Amino acid sequence: MNIIIAGCGKVGGTILKRLVGEGHNVTALDQKADVVSSITDIHDVMGIVGNAADCETLEKAGVASTDLFVAVTESDDTNMLSCFLAKKMGAGHTIARIRTPEYNDDSLSFMRQQLELSMSVNPERLAAEELYNILMMPAAVKVDHFSRRTFEMVEIQLKEESVLDGMTLSEMRNQYKANVLICVVSRGAETFIPDGSFALKSGDRIGVCATHAELQKYLKSLRLMKKQSRSVMILGGSRIAYYLTKMLTASGADVKIIEKDREHCEALCEMLPEAVIINGEGSHQEVLLEEGLDSMDAFVSLTGVDEQNILISMFASTRGVPKVITKISRTEMESMAGKLGLDTIVVPRKIVSDVVVRYARARQNSLGSHIETLYNVMGGQAEALEFRVGPDFPGSGIPLRELKPKPGILVAGIVHNRKPIIPSGDSFISEGDMVVVIARHRKSGEPTLQDLSDILG
Amino acid sequence: MNRKIVFFTVSRLILLEALLMILPLVVSLLYLEYSMALSFIISVGIAALCGGMGWWFLRPVKGEETRLYPREGFLIVALAWISTSVIGAVPFYISGEIPSFLDAFFETVSGFTTTGATILTRIEEMCHGALLWRSFTHWIGGMGVLVLMMALSPAGEEQGRTIHIMRAEMPGPIVGKLVPKVRETARLLYLLYIGLTILEVLFLLFGGMSLFEAVVHAFATAGTGGFGIRADSFASYSPYLQWTVSVFMLLFGVNFNIYYLLILRRFRDAFRNAELRCYFAIAVVATGILTVNLIPVFQSFGEAVRVSFFEVSSIMTTTGFGVVDINSLPGLSKAVLLLLMMIGACAGSTGGGLKVARVMLLFKTARRDLRRLLHPRSVGVVQMDGNRVEDYTLRNLSTFSALYALILLATFFILSFDAFDFETNFSAAVSCFNNIGPAYGAAASDYSAFSAVSKLALSFAMLFGRLEVFPLLLACSPSSWTKK
Repeated sequence: MNIIIAGCGKVGGTILKRLVGEGHNVTALDQKADVVSSITDIHDVMGIVGNAADCETLEKAGVASTDLFVAVTESDDTNMLSCFLAKKMGAGHTIARIRTPEYNDDSLSFMRQQLELSMSVNPERLAAEELYNILMMPAAVKVDHFSRRTFEMVEIQLKEESVLDGMTLSEMRNQYKANVLICVVSRGAETFIPDGSFALKSGDRIGVCATHAELQKYLKSLRLMKKQSRSVMILGGSRIAYYLTKMLTASGADVKIIEKDREHCEALCEMLPEAVIINGEGSHQEVLLEEGLDSMDAFVSLTGVDEQNILISMFASTRGVPKVITKISRTEMESMAGKLGLDTIVVPRKIVSDVVVRYARARQNSLGSHIETLYNVMGGQAEALEFRVGPDFPGSGIPLRELKPKPGILVAGIVHNRKPIIPSGDSFISEGDMVVVIARHRKSGEPTLQDLSDILG
Repeated sequence: MNRKIVFFTVSRLILLEALLMILPLVVSLLYLEYSMALSFIISVGIAALCGGMGWWFLRPVKGEETRLYPREGFLIVALAWISTSVIGAVPFYISGEIPSFLDAFFETVSGFTTTGATILTRIEEMCHGALLWRSFTHWIGGMGVLVLMMALSPAGEEQGRTIHIMRAEMPGPIVGKLVPKVRETARLLYLLYIGLTILEVLFLLFGGMSLFEAVVHAFATAGTGGFGIRADSFASYSPYLQWTVSVFMLLFGVNFNIYYLLILRRFRDAFRNAELRCYFAIAVVATGILTVNLIPVFQSFGEAVRVSFFEVSSIMTTTGFGVVDINSLPGLSKAVLLLLMMIGACAGSTGGGLKVARVMLLFKTARRDLRRLLHPRSVGVVQMDGNRVEDYTLRNLSTFSALYALILLATFFILSFDAFDFETNFSAAVSCFNNIGPAYGAAASDYSAFSAVSKLALSFAMLFGRLEVFPLLLACSPSSWTKK
């Protein structure tokens, strides 16, 4: 597909990298010449320097023949305007980043309709949702939902001396009698799609797929179950903090936000009357302790500086806070933070790129069994996808044992008539089902999964 | 510096060259020239062996670093051009068509760099296979061997950083892409190139040339090379053929991006291109001056125009075909042609020289800097086609110009050790460095009279000119080769 990405900052750059990796023809558009040249130096894309809301620039970028136009510049207004112009000039689909809270209320659907936007993305809200999911299930380091929460996939980091150490998956199934599927395991730099004889080791990161209730049961039997976080301390009053606090307070949790800018604190106070806003320098350990860090259920570090987030998270861990979540904006810092012992890391721009990539793949394949959901899991080493089974899926009605998917691919869940099924060799896929598939990260050059039939060998 | 990936890429290129040599091999077989065919078979074998071994032993293992940085890009280009020239010289040498290997190397470099300077004194006696390979090197070198390799590279391959190779090989101050992917851009360029070449073959066939002659001349025109198959180049061909070739030479000197814009029907953008306008303006003015200067010689306006236009378009695009004895021209015409040699064709074309875009930028920068001397606080921005030219590009340009002058003078100095006059030495240096071919004085038709040292110096001057100085210069510097 021909794709134009307007605005190549943090989010734009991440989306661009993913889309180039998927083999699309990408044109990068940015106002700053040095940003464009640094991108064209590394990635195989065309670079255009100019204002994204200027018709001439859009024309130069070839907007008339583009299939997908993604506007992720700094300014919401520019994004909306450039998407509108792009659509009028012949772009197939448009996606705009709209993140100002005022735009993200009831007016959003009206604007989307009037501007003929195919989708609007709000990275901060998406990040807040992910954080919220984790806080609701603190044993996990990442939680993803499928089919309107019928299925959940959680990632769990096995600690030293975990009860699962050395146990094979079939032994585990017999011992715990839980109807869950361990669908992917990452150990060091390697990722496995395990079978029954696969033995777990402490230090592994495992992906578990099941219904919410089964997962709770399973985690309880492993004594990994932690109660939902009822009191949360958030460092940094960013937009993510705003959305997260709204969700948390709505569910009845106590939230304390620490923000160093006085005026910003006051604005937050107005918008979030149920939260406690503290004006203080969060990087001072004294301030955190004074505000009761030790008695918190969870600590979320959301400042704009990655290094600060990492250091303060480490401090919170040493103080024994049960759940510590670190936000990181530079992707390359993620693995370093992991090495330093922080397990729960949220990278907002990865979440947005998941959404855009899913949209692009679904557009490429609008017939057949197309993608409903796509998540990048296990720190980017695997993908979890959800497909709606179309009428022409060749594997319908065949037991999975005989279906033989390609290596590195696993059918992790089937929703049949709204009933979730953890698949065994006898289960089969039929038309109208939703199917959750886990795929190990492909090498460059291998085709991406776009249709459910792509999983067949 | 990642030496492994550099040598791996060069090996792949040598494999590609083995593949390309099959065309002249087939032609030799068609003309029943068995000894030439045998030497092509041996050469293909040698190239396939060298390239294949390098490719097999150096192919990247899983997880190994294969990323290319600008440094690797420059070195790949420098090494690739030297090694393809050495291998390309093998068939001439083995077959005995060119008895000395240095001469064969000179001839091949002159082919790949699209210079068209020859050491052959009796071209008519060459066999068809050798003549075709000579012209075919022009065609390959015109658009670039590495660009061809990129166009043929498999789909899934990581291409993100190959832009560094493309930048180092494609001529011009700024190298842009036509479409987002390097591979697709390379393919488009070659498609346009092939299309225009076929068009020229058809026009030449219409003018009564045999298929062999038409193909050989079309290759030489397309690459703006200038190898012919007659000692008098184009003088004995009909006026129709001379006109056709003049027009096509001029067309191949145009930036290929313009043709892409025309295909996209973006006519306004294409014709508003400042470099294109300047290029045609220079061609018209130069033809005018030459015509006025030549009317007394030819006694006929029509002939004077034809000869002037042919010579201007041949020299300006750095092709180097000729219709008259260049030494017999009056002084003014010779001076104009010498200036055209240095200006050269458009950036992003197959032609050589400084490039019209660079000359324009030099003048614009000079005007800005002169004004700054008068008004020290004035702020000036250099623009081209309504876009601001980055300071980085301008700094690069002034470095380039200084190195350009230095290398030109160095070549001239080395040539001066031979016992030729000043005119011969200077024009030969200018002509080879700018990839034109013919020069004045003793070098007007061929370079066989020069000494071995001079031939080697001229070969490298041609490579420096075609690759625009930087890649080869960096390859000469030991610090580019250190591991870190």
